[in-house]
Amino acid sequence: MPDAASPTSVPTGRAPQAQPWRLMGIAVSPMTYRRWLNFRANRRGYWALWIFLPIMLLSMAAEFIANDKPILVWYEGAPYVPVLFTYPETEFGGEFELEADYRDPFVQDLIDEQGWMLWPLIPFSYETVDFELDSPPPTAPDARHWLGTDDQGRDVAARVIYGLRLSILFGFALTVMSSIIGVVAGAVQGYFGGLIDLLAQRFIEIWQGLPFLFILIILSSVIVPGFFTLLFLLLLFSWTTLVGVVRAEFLRARNFDFIRASRALGVSDWGIMLKHVLPNAMVATLTFMPFILTGAITALTSLDFLGFGLPPGSPSLGELLQQGKANIQAPWLGMTGFFVLAALLTLLVFIGEAVRDAFDPRKLWSGSAPPPEESEPVTQAKPKPAPQGAE
Amino acid sequence: MSVSEIGQSQVAAQAGEPLLRVRDLGVRFRLPGRIVAAVDGVSFSLDKGETLALVGESGSGKSVTALSLLQLLPYPLASHPPGSSVVYRGEELMGAPDRRLRQIRGNDISMIFQEPMTSLNPLHTVLKQVGEVLLLHKGLNREAARARTLELLRLVGIREPERRLSAYPHELSGGQRQRVMIAMALANDPDILIADEPTTALDVTIQAQILKLLKELQRELGMAVLLITHDLGIVRKVADRVCVMTGGKIVEQGPVEAIFAAPEHPYTRKLLAAEPKGRPLRAEAAAPVVLSGKDVKVHFPIKKGVLRRAVDYVRAVDGIDVTVREGHTLGVVGESGSGKTTLGLALLRLISSQGEIAFDGRQIQGLRSKQMRPLRRQMQIVFQDPYGSLSPRLSVGEIVGEGLQIHGIASDAREREARIVAALEEVGIDPGARHRYPHEFSGGQRQRIAIARAMALKPRFVVLDEPTSALDMSVQAQIVDLLRDLQARHKLAYLFISHDLKVVRALADEVLVVKDGQVVEHGASAQIFDDPQQPYTKALMKAAFELEAVESGVVSM
Repeated sequence: MPDAASPTSVPTGRAPQAQPWRLMGIAVSPMTYRRWLNFRANRRGYWALWIFLPIMLLSMAAEFIANDKPILVWYEGAPYVPVLFTYPETEFGGEFELEADYRDPFVQDLIDEQGWMLWPLIPFSYETVDFELDSPPPTAPDARHWLGTDDQGRDVAARVIYGLRLSILFGFALTVMSSIIGVVAGAVQGYFGGLIDLLAQRFIEIWQGLPFLFILIILSSVIVPGFFTLLFLLLLFSWTTLVGVVRAEFLRARNFDFIRASRALGVSDWGIMLKHVLPNAMVATLTFMPFILTGAITALTSLDFLGFGLPPGSPSLGELLQQGKANIQAPWLGMTGFFVLAALLTLLVFIGEAVRDAFDPRKLWSGSAPPPEESEPVTQAKPKPAPQGAE
Repeated sequence: MSVSEIGQSQVAAQAGEPLLRVRDLGVRFRLPGRIVAAVDGVSFSLDKGETLALVGESGSGKSVTALSLLQLLPYPLASHPPGSSVVYRGEELMGAPDRRLRQIRGNDISMIFQEPMTSLNPLHTVLKQVGEVLLLHKGLNREAARARTLELLRLVGIREPERRLSAYPHELSGGQRQRVMIAMALANDPDILIADEPTTALDVTIQAQILKLLKELQRELGMAVLLITHDLGIVRKVADRVCVMTGGKIVEQGPVEAIFAAPEHPYTRKLLAAEPKGRPLRAEAAAPVVLSGKDVKVHFPIKKGVLRRAVDYVRAVDGIDVTVREGHTLGVVGESGSGKTTLGLALLRLISSQGEIAFDGRQIQGLRSKQMRPLRRQMQIVFQDPYGSLSPRLSVGEIVGEGLQIHGIASDAREREARIVAALEEVGIDPGARHRYPHEFSGGQRQRIAIARAMALKPRFVVLDEPTSALDMSVQAQIVDLLRDLQARHKLAYLFISHDLKVVRALADEVLVVKDGQVVEHGASAQIFDDPQQPYTKALMKAAFELEAVESGVVSM
């Protein structure tokens, strides 16, 4: 525990000192602080978060790490930012009015005469084909291509970075959307019960019986799937995961005494659902979330692997795996795909477990029994401070 | 244990050794990061035909002591320190092989538990549950087991035992279930019966019957009984000797008369003093009426057939009139199932009912839930089970502050915080603990929090639904004092629901005796307690104050 005044180190029954709870310097509510302590108590998840966060942030800035355009060009005493803006070749004294091809030696010479260029760490984008390879692609890893090139001469490291970003964004978007739909559907069924519950349950049973892979394959032959169409299609089938758990929690909770107490306090139906039942259902939800997330990433990867996923040329881990399968003689393809995917899914599951612990108030206090019942002399004239722990 | 030692202890047994001797018994629990001694150096002995009571509050280690006699604790989480010894008929049980212990469990020493609801398997019939013991230990065949089961059921006073053989636990009442439990425990003529709070979960009337039954059975069968309880009234009634436990130690032991007449240890004195006492406040007779109900009825339909037509009604509350005045307490007493709680919920409009209900002279029957909401802050409820009535995922501060938020009582967060602190201080909970979760508090503390939740809104009318029934005797007294104190300070009107007449006498100035949804007797508290008119009321009194069972059929069996 970080400091003596943190709530966990205070023995039960004694008041914690008046101390503002701070997270990275920001004042937070004591509840949030305790959740953070719970989260940190799960060492594995805590470290997974610290490994995952930089990876995610770096992949979000993929354009600045792997690109076929320089980050900054200094030309005739003025700055240019080709990563963000498009400049015609004529700007640098060229001939074409098209966008400058900074990899062209002619353009490079033009700029170098009057200034300089700052290149990203990997001077290739995910779709850049390297025409200056020594041998026919795929080429093995070397100093120029750290993870080698794929069968079209594209840099694998660049494709992995872009592919990671796509997978993470897709996974989060799908998880958040299917959780929201699933929780709402489950909550309504569980809380109101009766006919609504009966009809919705039968519908979900039929819906889950549909062979979704075939439907996706059929649909992807009719329409050209992009990021958002795929998101929508997978959402159609992934929202049902949470309904059962949330519904069960709501069914169980709605007859509790504390729900009745809230009704006696005058809380409305929606207020009770949000404040009292939902937090109870949240742990079950959070238990499933890491699996939905990893499931979403895996689903996208497998669709790409089968060739029914993102349009050709998109950077995707599934496509990389597919190339690995097609080019057994180039093991760096398959191995890169495998290790990146395995690391990503493992980190996410570890973080998910820690999040689950964070929201479970019983977790931190596991093993601490409630204090023994205290008997005070009944000659108690007026209320005294709470009975303290065993004296 | 070596052969020579066994020889020695058998010699000792012949030389007047008691049936069971416990010496220096200790129990340690390994918790994350620490080891807790739940029981420490406990020694006592039990003779044939004797009743020994282990008395103490929750957490004093009395149940753990009982469980360790048969080594039923969760090992290896629990452990006994070296030197602990349990000798039964000259045989050391501590460290005895599992096979031997299994022979003794349920055969020579058997147990009955507190909660008859969960100690019977809900999927087995009475015949199967009781018969299992016989088949297992006695090796009887089915026919003989059935005959013996019938005999046992008759012994424990179950009426029409032939019909009850095929009944499932949910078809039996609480008292009947406890009788079946006792029948199971007696099936093999045990030498020792360990009864762990056998009546705590039962009505006072049933409690009296069960205690009487245990006493009779002991006399007939010559068993030794180890009775575990928190209720000194029961000890005085049935025990021969008593051990007072606190903090895992026995602080005083001796014959019941001696301990009750001259308690030596301060803790024993504290326990003896801790009975709900005191008198209700003297409220003005002409105080304004806060809540009144006229001919209140709650009927639940029994639906049958394909069209789910109501063929009949369960009349939970069947035409009851109530009037509660400011600063007054109306006690509602009766056995379980008499409709007390339903009446309370109906008056608060938490379940639908018929009849007139007026709050402050204004009709509230038929108001919609939106129209009810502003009134909710003036009428509150405290439930029986302090474990189920607090949301486990909200901190104490959030629980107490919820009503304030709903009704917009405090203008900003700081004022709300101040009100939460004030409410907690008023019920005697350290306000510094408001960021903790309910499971960190003991039962009594939780009940105080539940009271604070109701009181934070400054209500005028509070329904108290058995607020003390789930608590230890000494804690009950504190809660009763707290409630009386709050009433005096805020001129509260209470509807106090309880089957425990001791508590009702300490709080109520008017009493309503309810049976089967109807009022049996109604009057001033003093009059009802001193001179009950109806046989039903008399039976309730006898059960509550003298622990005497009246089996004339007025109370349920």
